[in-house]
Amino acid sequence: MSKLKAYHVALLALPLTLTACEFAPKTTEQNGIAGTGMNRVYVTDANIPADVPAPPYELPPPGGPLASEVYENVQVLGDISADEFNYLMAAITEWVAPEQGCNYCHNPANMASDEIYTKGVARSMIQMTQDVNQNWSSHVAQTGVTCWTCHRGNNIPENVWTLPEELTSNSINGNRRGQNEPMELTGNTSLPNVAIARYLLNGDDPAEIRVASSTSHPSGNTTTTMETEATFSLMIHMSNSLGVNCTYCHNTQAFAEWNRSTPARATAWHGIRMVRNINSEYITPLTSVFPDNRLGPAGDPYKTNCTTCHQGQNLPMGGVRMVADYPALQSVLAPATTDSVAAGSEMTDTN
Amino acid sequence: MAQYQNIFTQVQLRASPEMGVPLPAEQQGSRTQGTTFSHIMGLIGQAQIGPVYLGYLGVTSLVLGLIAFEIIGLNMLASVGWDPIQFVRQLFWLSLEPPGPEYGFSPFVPLAEGGWFILAGLCFTSSVILWWIRSYRRASALGMGKHVSWAFASAIFLMLVLGFIRPMMMGSWAEAVPYGIFPHLDWTAAFSIRYGNLFYNPFHALSIVFLYGSVLLFAMHGATILAVGRYGGEREIEQITDRGTASERAALFWRWTMGFNATMESIHRWAWWFAVLTTLTGGIGILLTGTVVDNWYLWAQEHGYASLYPDSNVADPASMGSAGE
Repeated sequence: MSKLKAYHVALLALPLTLTACEFAPKTTEQNGIAGTGMNRVYVTDANIPADVPAPPYELPPPGGPLASEVYENVQVLGDISADEFNYLMAAITEWVAPEQGCNYCHNPANMASDEIYTKGVARSMIQMTQDVNQNWSSHVAQTGVTCWTCHRGNNIPENVWTLPEELTSNSINGNRRGQNEPMELTGNTSLPNVAIARYLLNGDDPAEIRVASSTSHPSGNTTTTMETEATFSLMIHMSNSLGVNCTYCHNTQAFAEWNRSTPARATAWHGIRMVRNINSEYITPLTSVFPDNRLGPAGDPYKTNCTTCHQGQNLPMGGVRMVADYPALQSVLAPATTDSVAAGSEMTDTN
Repeated sequence: MAQYQNIFTQVQLRASPEMGVPLPAEQQGSRTQGTTFSHIMGLIGQAQIGPVYLGYLGVTSLVLGLIAFEIIGLNMLASVGWDPIQFVRQLFWLSLEPPGPEYGFSPFVPLAEGGWFILAGLCFTSSVILWWIRSYRRASALGMGKHVSWAFASAIFLMLVLGFIRPMMMGSWAEAVPYGIFPHLDWTAAFSIRYGNLFYNPFHALSIVFLYGSVLLFAMHGATILAVGRYGGEREIEQITDRGTASERAALFWRWTMGFNATMESIHRWAWWFAVLTTLTGGIGILLTGTVVDNWYLWAQEHGYASLYPDSNVADPASMGSAGE
C-alpha cells in the first residue's frame, strides 16, 4: 500500500476514534406499528444463553433431617434438608468465593460461628435472593436470580457503585457540578452522574423520574430542563446496561406515554423499584457490618444498579433459568423469616 | 483561459489598494488606512485585507467577547483541576453550567454555583449587542440598507430567548443552555423530553422548513450564478437593471425545469427571509415551550396536528396495584 493510500485510510478511520461505537453484529426487530420507527436493536450474541456453572452435583431428593436439626445457627435456610443445604452451600462457594472456598465466610474450626462478617452478609443476600424470586416476578419473571446473576465468581460483583466523596469547598477547582465527566456508568456521556444515586437508592423517597407533563398546557409541573438531564442519564444507564436502544421500551414519538410504549417498559419500571428495594432494604442496612476496605469514599457499601445483573444483556446470562436447580432460593422460607424479609411489600412510591 | 474570482481564483490582482467610496470629510479622517494583500485569502476571495474599521464599539465588543470566552474556558479548565492535558482530552464534555433550580432566576448566585455562568452570559450578550450596533452603524456610514443588521438581530433574538428571555419567563436559570459542546446537545435532548417532544411544536417545524429551505435556496442560487459565470453572471446586481445573457439563460433554465424563476433581485429576498425566519420562528417556538404549552405531543393530539397510532395496550404500572407496590 502506498504512503498516500495509507494516509487516506487513516484519515477516513479518524472519526471512528471519536465515537463510542459498538462494533458487534446487531439484530433489528420491528416491535411496534409500521412507520413509527419502533425497532429493538440489540447485540446478536447477547441473547445466546450463557455458559453458567452446573450444579455441584445432582439435587438431593427431598426428605431427611432438616438443616436446622443437623447444624447450629442456621437462621435462613433451616427449613430445607441438610443434604440440600450442603448442596446449596457448595454452589454458593463456586458462585461467590471459588478461590477462597468455605473459609471465605466460615471459621473452619466452628462453621456455626458468625464471627466472619461475610457470613452475615451472605445470609442477608440469600434473603434478598429469595425476596427477589418470590416478590419481584414482575421484573425477574420465572427466570429468577441466583447469587451468580450478580457475582459471576467474584467476591464482589464487578458492576457496583458507591456514592462519590462529598465536595466540601465551594470552589470551581475540580467542580464538575455532578456531570460533564465521561464515565462508564452514564455511557460516557456528559450527563449527570448522580442519576443512579438519585433514582436507585432512596427506597421510600426517590426522586421523580417522570418529567413530562400530563396536560398540554402548564399545570404545576416545575421540573426544569436541567433536572430532566438526570432522568435522561438514568435512561442512558439502562440502555447501556441492557444493550438495547430507546425504542426497546419507548416510542420516541412520546417517551412518557404508556399506551405508546412496549411491554418491556413495564418490566423495567418494576426493575427500578426492585433495585431501590435491594439497595435500601438489603445493602444499606449492612453498612456497619462491612469493614472499611469494603466501603466507598463516602463510607457506603457497594450497591447495585441495572448493570450489576444485566451486564450488557437485556436478559442476564441470555435468559438461563439457573434458579430451577436451587429450590431453596426460589421463595422466602416462611418459618425462618427475620425482620427484613417482608420489606418488599412496604414500598409506597408511585413513580 | 485565466479565471478571475472563483474558488479557486487563479488570478490575483496586485495594485494600489481599493479604499472604497469617498465619505463626508468628518468621517473620512477617522478611517484606518492600513491594507495588505494575502495570497492565501486571495485563493478563496478578495486578496486585499483591510482597511478595517473597529471603532470603540468594535473594540468594546471584542473585549467583552474575550472576557466571556475566558470565563467559560477557565471554568472548564478549573473543573479538571487546572490540568491542561485533561482539559484538551475532555474538552467536548466540559461545560460552564447555569445555576441550579434552587436559585430560581436570582442574579445573585455564588460564582462556583452558576454565578460565573450569569457573568459570562452578561459579557457575551453585551458583546453581541455592541457588534450588532456596529454592523448597523457601518452600514449606515456606507449609505447601505440595514439588511445584514436585521438578519443578525434575528439570530440574536434566538440566542437571547434560549439563554435569557425564556429562563426569565420560567423563573429559573436551570432552563438556560449550558456553555459546553456535549452538554448543550444534552440540553437540547432533555428539553425535548421534558416538553413532550419538540417535533410536535409547529414553530419548531417552521424553523426546520426555513433552515432546510435556506440550504436549498443557497444551493440553487449558488449553482445558478456559477453556471452562468462564463457570461458574467456573477455581476448579479448589474443584471437586475440590465438583464444580460447570463441572467436570461439562468431565468430560462429555471422556467424550463420548474416553470418559474426568481429574478436576480427576488432570489436574494427569498434567501434573506428564509434565513431570518429560521431563527425567528425557532425563537418563538422556544418561547412558547413551558410558558404556553407544556407537552407538545398532547397539544398536537388535542389539535388534530399529529396522527394517533393504535394503542399498544401497555398500562402505567403506577396506576395498578402491582407486585412490589
